[in-house]
Amino acid sequence: MIKKNSLFASRQIFIPIAALVLLALFNLILDPSFFKITLGHNSTGDPVLTGYLMTILDYGSEVAILAIGMTLVTAASGGQDISVGAAVAIAGSVILRVLVGLGGDGSLQAPIIVGFLAACVVAMLFGAFNGVLVAVFNIQPMVATLILYTAGRSIAAWINNNELPIITEPTFTYFGGFIPGIPIPTPFFLAVVCIILTMLALKFTTLGLYTQAVGINASSSRLNGLNPTFIKWLSFVILGLCVAVVGLIKTSRLSTINYSVIAKDIEMDAILAVALGGNVLSGGKFNIMASIIGAYVIQFLTTTLYKFNVSSDALPAYKAIVVILLVVFSAPTVKDKLLKVMKKQKGVS
Amino acid sequence: MAKGKKIKMTDTNLLLMITVVVFVVMYLGAMLFLKKGFLKPQTFFNILNANAALIITSCGMSIVMITGGIDISVGGVVALVSMSCAVYLDYQGGNVFTSLLLALGIGLLFGAVQGYLVAYLDIQPFIVSLAGMFFARGMTTIVHTAPFNVANEAFAALKGTRINVPGLGTVNKLGKYVNAYVEIGVVVALLTVLILFFVLRYTKLGRSFYAVGGNRQSALMLGINVKQTRFLSHLLCGLLAGIGGYVYFLHVGSGSASHASGMEMNAIASSIIGGTLLTGGVGNIFGTFVGVLSLSTIQNIVSSIGLDQAWWTGITVAAMLCVFLIIQSVILSRKR
Repeated sequence: MIKKNSLFASRQIFIPIAALVLLALFNLILDPSFFKITLGHNSTGDPVLTGYLMTILDYGSEVAILAIGMTLVTAASGGQDISVGAAVAIAGSVILRVLVGLGGDGSLQAPIIVGFLAACVVAMLFGAFNGVLVAVFNIQPMVATLILYTAGRSIAAWINNNELPIITEPTFTYFGGFIPGIPIPTPFFLAVVCIILTMLALKFTTLGLYTQAVGINASSSRLNGLNPTFIKWLSFVILGLCVAVVGLIKTSRLSTINYSVIAKDIEMDAILAVALGGNVLSGGKFNIMASIIGAYVIQFLTTTLYKFNVSSDALPAYKAIVVILLVVFSAPTVKDKLLKVMKKQKGVS
Repeated sequence: MAKGKKIKMTDTNLLLMITVVVFVVMYLGAMLFLKKGFLKPQTFFNILNANAALIITSCGMSIVMITGGIDISVGGVVALVSMSCAVYLDYQGGNVFTSLLLALGIGLLFGAVQGYLVAYLDIQPFIVSLAGMFFARGMTTIVHTAPFNVANEAFAALKGTRINVPGLGTVNKLGKYVNAYVEIGVVVALLTVLILFFVLRYTKLGRSFYAVGGNRQSALMLGINVKQTRFLSHLLCGLLAGIGGYVYFLHVGSGSASHASGMEMNAIASSIIGGTLLTGGVGNIFGTFVGVLSLSTIQNIVSSIGLDQAWWTGITVAAMLCVFLIIQSVILSRKR
């Protein structure tokens, strides 16, 4: 049984890795300088690594962190949370409100950790709200989270009374930039910490098993003594925690916030990461590592397109073509047809 | 079978009734307490004028949702249609009639490709239409980057055409009687609602949309071509997005990449407020129409109270959606 599972998992992880290799080959053939990494110094004189690969590590980590929570939500509830972008705006707004406050001069009013914890609590509360709608009221996740998607950015602006507080404290920029002396972008470390924590949770608790059971068949898992309502609700709360981390990274990058633009369309990237990871979007079996690799693949694709001078507005069109191709070739019906064609040809020869 | 049908229809009717009652109460409340503009008939017609495109796209959305799918590409298609038509009219020297064909063509193309991927390759509609949305938004900026107003004269004449509503009008401040009017788009929208209402209720195609959305397996057992039905639902939604795009274009008279942003979410919200269930099988086109009206009335109320910050609209719409969803959920769980 265990063997069968691991075999399934390894096959699933094969899809995003194949996509990654394909993209890497594409870049290698067209322009090998894509892989060049240079050690430079930033404005404060600290050593930093720059290059396209570093950009991918940097920005891909945001999507990767969200993909962890999104995978759990997808597996447990069989739907996706489309409010994460708006929730990131709320989390970022809370951080700024706690750290600087209204009409502040930009100096810190509270330690950064307090701001982050406050954001965690608020983001988890909003996650819990989504979770209640989905788990208790049985509303389809996409529709339930449509509520927060519509209201989220408004709430974020309301928290700071529509002002744009600016943090002048330099240590705050470490989370979205570089820690002095370490040339690798901090978001990557944050992502690694999140991944390790999740892996430990999956390894030493029954979270993973229960989530799968609920996702495959909620009523039969209830008959087996599980509590599907709680498990579904929990997955949304965990996603809230992931949202708070991304909120910290996003506000740290800017030292301020832009309510209507921050983390825009990031929910789409996160859902794509889950889909690219070969997870069934209607719930059930999941593989978090595959989703995380999927997240970096998406950033790899974005960065590649930027490199070929595709404007940020036109970017979605190319992204869409690649996504459709990937999804079409991993669709079961297409796979079966291809296999049949291959078998026929073998028979003929 | 007959019994099952009966229950399904009462679900639809109950949800529709709630929506209509809420809309009427809301509008009467606005008339009584806010007075201002709400007493004028033109305010109501302005809501129609501004939302004709949303009504049409929401109808398409409802059909896809009734069949058990979802299409989040409609907003992108509307933007692409208006930008393409604008460029075609002003830079390619096209005429109004062929620009309309162009709009329908774009809509049908999106519907056909997405429908094929969803129905015949069995890919989740959410992912397919997500890619469709990305593609449409990206293509819009590739067609033309900067927003601009259309100068074509024939188009401007069509855009300015006003159809007077007989018997409804107000005396303005100068003591002159002004007749209430609607734009051409509203006529198109009302016709769409009427035709689709009858298609869904009385034709074989319409009934099979409900059957496939309600239970795909039993629809197959009844001999309905499930794949074809799902394909047609997406094709119809694409076509309606094309028509909606042209009506939108006719209302704003310009092309811009940021047009109709978030329209897909408004369309989904209107359908849900109108009593369509995302699980499929339950819904009503007339409800969707009332859903659009409720959504835009609440936006008008919010702005006329003086909370004119765009932020408040988002919060109130979300609150309304939340209330409706919970009502639906409670009703349905009680039925079970």
